[in-house]
Amino acid sequence: MNVLIALLIGFLYAVSVYLLLRRSIVKLVIGILFLSYATNLMLFFAGGLTETSPAFVMASEAQSAVMTSDSLPQALILTALVIGFGVAAFSMVLIYRFYKETGTVDLDDLSDIEKL
Amino acid sequence: MNIVLSIFMLFGLAAIAPFVNQRFPKLSGWLLSLVPAGLFVWFLSKIPAVVQGVSISESYPWLAAMGINFSFELDGLSLLFALLVTGIGALILIYAGYYMRSYQKTNRFFGYLVFFMASMLGLVTASDWILLFMFWEFTSVSSFVLIGFKHEKSAAREAALQALLITGLGGLALLAGLIMMSLPYGDFGFDAVINTPELFLESKLFIPATILILIGAFTKSAIFPFHFWLPGAMQAPSPVSAFLHSATMVKAGIYLLARLHPVMESQELWIYTLSVFGVVTMIVGAWFALAQQDLKKILAYTTVSALGTLVLLIGTSTAYSITAALVFLLVHAFYKATLFMMAGNIEKKTGTRDIRKLGQLSRYMPVATVISLLALLSMSGIPPMIGFIGKELMYEAKLNAPEAGNFILIMGFLANAFTVFVSFRFAYEVFWGKSVAFQKPPHEPDVSLLTGPAVLVLISLVLGIFPNQVADLLGPAFQAILPAEQLIKLKLWHGFNEILLLSFLTVLLGVVMFAFRAKIIQVVSYMNLNFFNAKLSQKFFSGIDVFLSLTKKKTAVVQHGYHRFYLMTIFISAGLLLLLTTNAIDFSVDFSWHQSPLNYLIFLAAIMIIAGSVVVITAKSRLLALIATGFVGIGITIIFIIYSGVDLAITMVMVETLTVVIGAMVVYYLPKYLDYSGVGARIRDGIVAVFFGGVMSYLALQTTSPEGMDKISAFFAANSYTKAFGENIVNVILVDFRALDTLGEIVVLALAAIGIVSLLKLNAHKKSSR
Repeated sequence: MNVLIALLIGFLYAVSVYLLLRRSIVKLVIGILFLSYATNLMLFFAGGLTETSPAFVMASEAQSAVMTSDSLPQALILTALVIGFGVAAFSMVLIYRFYKETGTVDLDDLSDIEKL
Repeated sequence: MNIVLSIFMLFGLAAIAPFVNQRFPKLSGWLLSLVPAGLFVWFLSKIPAVVQGVSISESYPWLAAMGINFSFELDGLSLLFALLVTGIGALILIYAGYYMRSYQKTNRFFGYLVFFMASMLGLVTASDWILLFMFWEFTSVSSFVLIGFKHEKSAAREAALQALLITGLGGLALLAGLIMMSLPYGDFGFDAVINTPELFLESKLFIPATILILIGAFTKSAIFPFHFWLPGAMQAPSPVSAFLHSATMVKAGIYLLARLHPVMESQELWIYTLSVFGVVTMIVGAWFALAQQDLKKILAYTTVSALGTLVLLIGTSTAYSITAALVFLLVHAFYKATLFMMAGNIEKKTGTRDIRKLGQLSRYMPVATVISLLALLSMSGIPPMIGFIGKELMYEAKLNAPEAGNFILIMGFLANAFTVFVSFRFAYEVFWGKSVAFQKPPHEPDVSLLTGPAVLVLISLVLGIFPNQVADLLGPAFQAILPAEQLIKLKLWHGFNEILLLSFLTVLLGVVMFAFRAKIIQVVSYMNLNFFNAKLSQKFFSGIDVFLSLTKKKTAVVQHGYHRFYLMTIFISAGLLLLLTTNAIDFSVDFSWHQSPLNYLIFLAAIMIIAGSVVVITAKSRLLALIATGFVGIGITIIFIIYSGVDLAITMVMVETLTVVIGAMVVYYLPKYLDYSGVGARIRDGIVAVFFGGVMSYLALQTTSPEGMDKISAFFAANSYTKAFGENIVNVILVDFRALDTLGEIVVLALAAIGIVSLLKLNAHKKSSR
């Protein structure tokens, strides 16, 4: 299954890049969301795929916790997810404000924003 | 008391000078001059030690690992310059204290001037190339603010900028040259290169390093073809011209050449470059001095000529020429500083520096006349002034020059005769000549204005009669430049010989030219206008304009302002770099397909992700795109669940939900989900996207999943329950082991929330206020 997941990661990156290269600022923000999906999945994948053994350690077998999935990348991704949410929320409000101030959502207008 | 302290005293004085001037506006010149005068005396007291060959050096580690140290040394050459800087500096401050009274904002002027003095003192006493360079740049910067002091005048601003750009450019070249020179040694101290010059002379960088250093020295010392900034710099107030442009800053290049001479003297490149550029500058400067009408411009061009002469004399590299260079250096500093101050006095009392509007001043200011005449005598090299000795030595050096002696002699003869002509013209036209109706009769300049010139002229006179008083000082300086030879004995009277004849002929030619001055000025002006109208200054500025417009064009290409092309550049180059750094294709990738009922779920997730993405890309409605994004997020959540990321899955579901909700709120206010790009742009972006996605897939496959867990994860697993009493390791990491990270995360969220609130709440700028 590794190959499938790796291809999915690449696919998500491709979608993200394609969206980031649009002129519409709404698509740009969705592209950012996709970029964080892809990167989170990449991190998760790099930590090794372990089926059905969450990173838990039971009180009874505290010393022998070897077979669980890798906890470290998961902790990192958890942080990234939350931060990603903050970025997403902020950038969405930023689009709203951008549109209110400039009256456009075309990023090419940004280069001569002084004229607006 | 030591050298570093003396420099820091001056820097400290620069800091308090504005306040001194504020508090004691009438006395500030005299008060401020006490410090440099005291330092002058201290440096004088060091002469006996230096004569005996005791080197006074200090060194403090700075960037010792790179061979850069805060080190200073006082040898003969440094001492000579240090005396000039502090001695003339003190006199200039007295002069400036009175002179600057008619100016606005003089407080800062004294700060600048003393700062320059401190930098110059540092420059001539430093014994580390990087330290020298640092002071070198300090002088450039302080000369910029001093030349542009009358910043309301656009001419002053332009002149200041020109001087800064030229000396700054030279400074950069100098830095590169000095680094190249010190590379073989790994040490920037003077000693390294002076004690074992072979290492540098035989290194590959010898030629480029030498050329760069010469550019640095030539720009600073206004050597042709960089000479034009000096006449322009006459926009500066007179005390600045008298200090920077006669005795100190323009001599910094000469100092550097003298300093490096013992290293380079065996090199033809060095000798020929100095001789050729010296001769050209000497004659060009003297020629352009002939027909100038502005007193300070006349002096500036004769300074250019004098600087050329000094370079030529160093390049000639004989005992005679180096002695002549040292004597002439002193002579020139004395008379030129005097004359610049007198030019300032004349302008102050009559309101003009234009030689055509001046005349008969000897009637109004007899003392000033006497002082000026003595200085002009020294400039023309007429006994008993020390200028005469300087000129005699110069002729002797040129007669004994090893190569091209005759040519150099003729050029030197002409340049000297021109200088004589200029001196006579200056003296006659200003102090006698036609009578001019002044608006109000000028009177004698005040004591403070005459003190400096009088002292300097007196020294010129005394040293002319008793030249050996100065030989003690010049001997060690000579040793620093040309260690193999001895200083030539200085005499006012050499007996009747060819040199005296040459001196006589020089004065004679000058006088004859003076007799036909009207005709000569007419001819020279005509020739300047029609043949030598190089307008280097204008060319320099148009060169700057061309450079700026090129830079603008380049910036417009690189900084085009289209975010998607910046992003494209980033993605393409990141992809290429990743490809370069990953290993060759590794087919040990695990293509195995072990059976598991969960596989179907993964296919479901994959289908959700792909379908959702296609909808996002093709959707015509923003809301649909947003929902599809959430759909993709759920697909990823399924993958997290299958591969044991329980906490991730829970968080992801919540985050996705919130994101879609917030997005739906915002989307309502946005215009239609518009498509701006054409088909071509889509295909192009698609190619970039597929390329980058491919690279990332490839990279993911290259990530060899570690067998088991690494040390860190094993630590967390082992200690999660025993130390932190938590069964969910991921949670324990977040709230316990890495709790500070989580705190940071919360701070980020809080900041994002504050940002969102302020973006939503703050009123838009009123359109009318734009």
